[in-house]
Amino acid sequence: MGDHLLSWVLFTPLIGAAILLLIPASKKNLIRLWANLAALAGFLVALPLVFRFDKTASAFQFVERADWIPSLGVHYAIGIDGISLLLVMLTTVIGSVAILSSWRAIDDRVKEYYAMFLLQQTGMIGVFISLDFFLFFVFWEAVLVPMYFIIGVWGGPRKLYAAIKFFLYTLAGGALMLLGILTLYFQHYRQFGFYTFEISELMKLNLSPTVEQWVFWAFFIGFAIKVPMFPFHTWLPDAHVEAPTAGSVVLASVLLKMGTYGFIRFSLPLLPKASINATIVQVLVALSLVGIVYGALVSLMQSDWKKLVAYSSVSHLGFCTLGIFALNPNGLAGSVIQQINHGISTGMLFLAVGIMYERRHTRELKEYGGLGHVMPLYAKVFAFAMLSSAGLPLLNGFIGEFTILQGAFEANRAWAAIAVTGVILGAAYLLWMYQRTVLGQVTNPKNLGLPDLSLREFATFAPLIVWAVWIGVYPKPYFDVLEKPVAQIVERVKPGYYAGTLAAKPPAPAPAAAGILGAAARTGMAAEAVR
Amino acid sequence: MNYYTTQDHFVLVPALMLALFGSAIFLFDFLVFPSPKQRKYLLIFVMLGLGFAGLGLYHQQALLNSQGLTQIQAFNGALTVDGFALFFNWLFLAASFIVAVASYRYFEIEDEHHGEYYGLILLANCGMFFLATGTDLVTVFVGLELMALCFYILVGFLRSDRRSNEAAVKYLLLGAFSSGFLVYGFSVLYGIAGSTKLHAIAAAISVRDPWDPMVFLALATTSVGLLFKVAAVPFHMWAPDAYEGAPTPVTAYLSVASKAASFAFLVRLYLQVFGTAREVWVPLLSAIAILTMTLGNLAAISQTNIKRLLAYSSISHAGYMLLGLVAGNATGVNGIAVYLMVYTFMNLGAFLVIISLRRKEIIGDEVDDFSGLMKKSRGHAVLMLIFLMSLAGIPPTAGFLGKYYIFLSLIETGHYVLAVVAVLYVAVAVYYYFRVVRSMFVSEPVDKVPLTSSFGLRLALVVTGAMTVIVGVYPEPFLRLAQASVSLVR
Repeated sequence: MGDHLLSWVLFTPLIGAAILLLIPASKKNLIRLWANLAALAGFLVALPLVFRFDKTASAFQFVERADWIPSLGVHYAIGIDGISLLLVMLTTVIGSVAILSSWRAIDDRVKEYYAMFLLQQTGMIGVFISLDFFLFFVFWEAVLVPMYFIIGVWGGPRKLYAAIKFFLYTLAGGALMLLGILTLYFQHYRQFGFYTFEISELMKLNLSPTVEQWVFWAFFIGFAIKVPMFPFHTWLPDAHVEAPTAGSVVLASVLLKMGTYGFIRFSLPLLPKASINATIVQVLVALSLVGIVYGALVSLMQSDWKKLVAYSSVSHLGFCTLGIFALNPNGLAGSVIQQINHGISTGMLFLAVGIMYERRHTRELKEYGGLGHVMPLYAKVFAFAMLSSAGLPLLNGFIGEFTILQGAFEANRAWAAIAVTGVILGAAYLLWMYQRTVLGQVTNPKNLGLPDLSLREFATFAPLIVWAVWIGVYPKPYFDVLEKPVAQIVERVKPGYYAGTLAAKPPAPAPAAAGILGAAARTGMAAEAVR
Repeated sequence: MNYYTTQDHFVLVPALMLALFGSAIFLFDFLVFPSPKQRKYLLIFVMLGLGFAGLGLYHQQALLNSQGLTQIQAFNGALTVDGFALFFNWLFLAASFIVAVASYRYFEIEDEHHGEYYGLILLANCGMFFLATGTDLVTVFVGLELMALCFYILVGFLRSDRRSNEAAVKYLLLGAFSSGFLVYGFSVLYGIAGSTKLHAIAAAISVRDPWDPMVFLALATTSVGLLFKVAAVPFHMWAPDAYEGAPTPVTAYLSVASKAASFAFLVRLYLQVFGTAREVWVPLLSAIAILTMTLGNLAAISQTNIKRLLAYSSISHAGYMLLGLVAGNATGVNGIAVYLMVYTFMNLGAFLVIISLRRKEIIGDEVDDFSGLMKKSRGHAVLMLIFLMSLAGIPPTAGFLGKYYIFLSLIETGHYVLAVVAVLYVAVAVYYYFRVVRSMFVSEPVDKVPLTSSFGLRLALVVTGAMTVIVGVYPEPFLRLAQASVSLVR
């Protein structure tokens, strides 16, 4: 394994899918077992990345590089930094959980279902580790097809509409992004005399501000649709509501992160001049803030359980993009951590909704109520998921939102003030959702006698619960891993940022501090610095 | 002056072989194989003809490579073998091979299995050879007509089928009309230059003002003739009817080979002959390309017949390729070559699946006939998915590569608006291609009759499917091949 560890991480799910196709379709349980093993293997193969990762190094690690299409200057170049590491781990964990959660939910075309899922795993990991823009784009587009099938074949009543809407939206965005990529590629040829798609080479470009801005908007459309940012979010509720549970989990937890990852990995470092352009920053922050508040308000009004959770993603992802365009270390690090948190919390919420849907086949909130009496374990797990999403201190969501708000506050106090309303509204819709479903008396006789969580169902939550507590209580390792890559990006976008701020507030970006105490200390410092 | 030198012969060999074996098939058909059951053995002659033609091409390519030549001329410049011509000739041979081997079951089911079919395919291929290789107006026109005449017959090959007859008559009338335009344009070109040789005409035009009315007249009329052949809007009206009515293997051949051959000459004409009048034709061609993509994509959305759907989709593909010509730089021409190559395989592949759906009593050319294909035949459904993804241009299939070059060439030449329009139509295309995918994977089967299969059909499906995937995943060797065709751009 040694030398090609990252390739193994990338291709393990694909190999799993290939072997899966050899199993006869009639042996459903064998297929399920194999798919779970393959997903678990995907996680285990990725685990050494964590232990062998050198958080003090600022360059990409586990780099592999080979020619793929020399006449176009396309390379098979992969590697990870702290940001990719976290997202790859999230992908493998969520992938395993999602596949485990489908054991009973999917009984039709089992083989194709799991093959699509494993295929998608490879695509998503590929997006997060590509260091070549062409390779990235291939994975980016390739992810769409399995997701189209997962929604379109195994989804709910309006699955076909939702599937094609998801596909067309993201495809159109991706295609415009391709034009941006090709512009960079061509500009590189003009300036350096050879064609290449490698990110490290494209970073050397010196573009005119106008070109940078055009390319930025091209990228923006591709990434913003994927995130989704406010005016481009309309595909999301449809896709989420119609997708099968595991599809929603992967969609929310991992797929949306491809967009935010794109902003961090490509938009900022490749187009630094456009990224600090006042108009662009204002537009993006405004859209993020609108997304935060609008997503929360719409969630508040939902009568459909799954749609509520779906719209909460719009709000939470608004925090992530806000953090990115605060353009300072706290904002960026917080954004990445919040992406992981959102993956964990929303993943759990969708699992929880899915479990009830499997039992009752309805998502109407008014059909439920008093579940706490019938399913006590479920009530506890769901409470945990809900609180982690709402950002209760000592759980993961708090760390992310807090750091982002801190970053936003440093950049512009008004932004933080507006974003905070999102936190409050978030607590409101989540608590209200919990109240309407779990608390109170059982009003609907159909809810009597529902079985509590099975061991398998609990097993899908267990890793996420552990992870949520870990981030909530001891986030230091995460900040450590992110410190170098975030510092590099900030330095690239705002050269001299560290030199300038070091004087003002000595232990500048605070990731060294840990936990709530550290975070609280940091706010104090930030506030002082502002004064 | 030598009339038939060794070099002339060397250049002509592929065409000679195709014509020879094509004619031989007409003879042997009723002399040796009187019963319809035996007629598939005529494929041996097709293989021999294609094989010898390929051998001739191989030697030409070897000579070019070993001597480091850019071109070999023959017949005092009436034929020119260069990288561009060779590339297209390889493409024609591949298309003829795939169509020929995949056809026999289809015509047996239609009860119209005649030997002439194979002969006509070889003769049409011979015509294409002259279109790609010819650098003299007369040679080119004869090649074009030879190809077109074969196609008129092939389209109407199902004698007892009304749709087929109607298609043939429409195609013949409109085709003859467009040929009239083309030959009129050729006469004007001759008037300008006093020669039928393309290089002489190019020299004569280059000294004239680009907006010279005679040049414009020649440009307009020849364009009408050729744009008709590639089915660009507004000269596309014949395509949906001809595609729908023609026997499916002929539709496949028509949509791929005839289009590729016409594009070969179109590119040569625009870049070599009218190269100096670029400012005149670029806006014109841009408008036509946009119209072609718009109409092709939008009309395809509402089609219920799969052959008509693919007809409109092939119109939109022509629009993309015209954009490569609008860019007109090395990347653009390279893009047209790559696009036509991947288009050959993916489009043929899609039609091969439609051929498999033609069973006794079931015509199988509606989108609904694809319903539940996944349950009926997994292999066909997966292959069709690959072809449709490729047609839509989704990586990592071959179709993405063709579009990639076109987009890149537009960006290189600063046609940003065209690039954005072209890119957005990809999303529209996905919509109608995935209607078919939806039928295949989500809907329940409407009938239980198993798909038609034969050795040739399976072989053809495997070849097209493999090429669509291989060119997408590891395109390097194929891109090298296509790069040879850039010699045309100066």
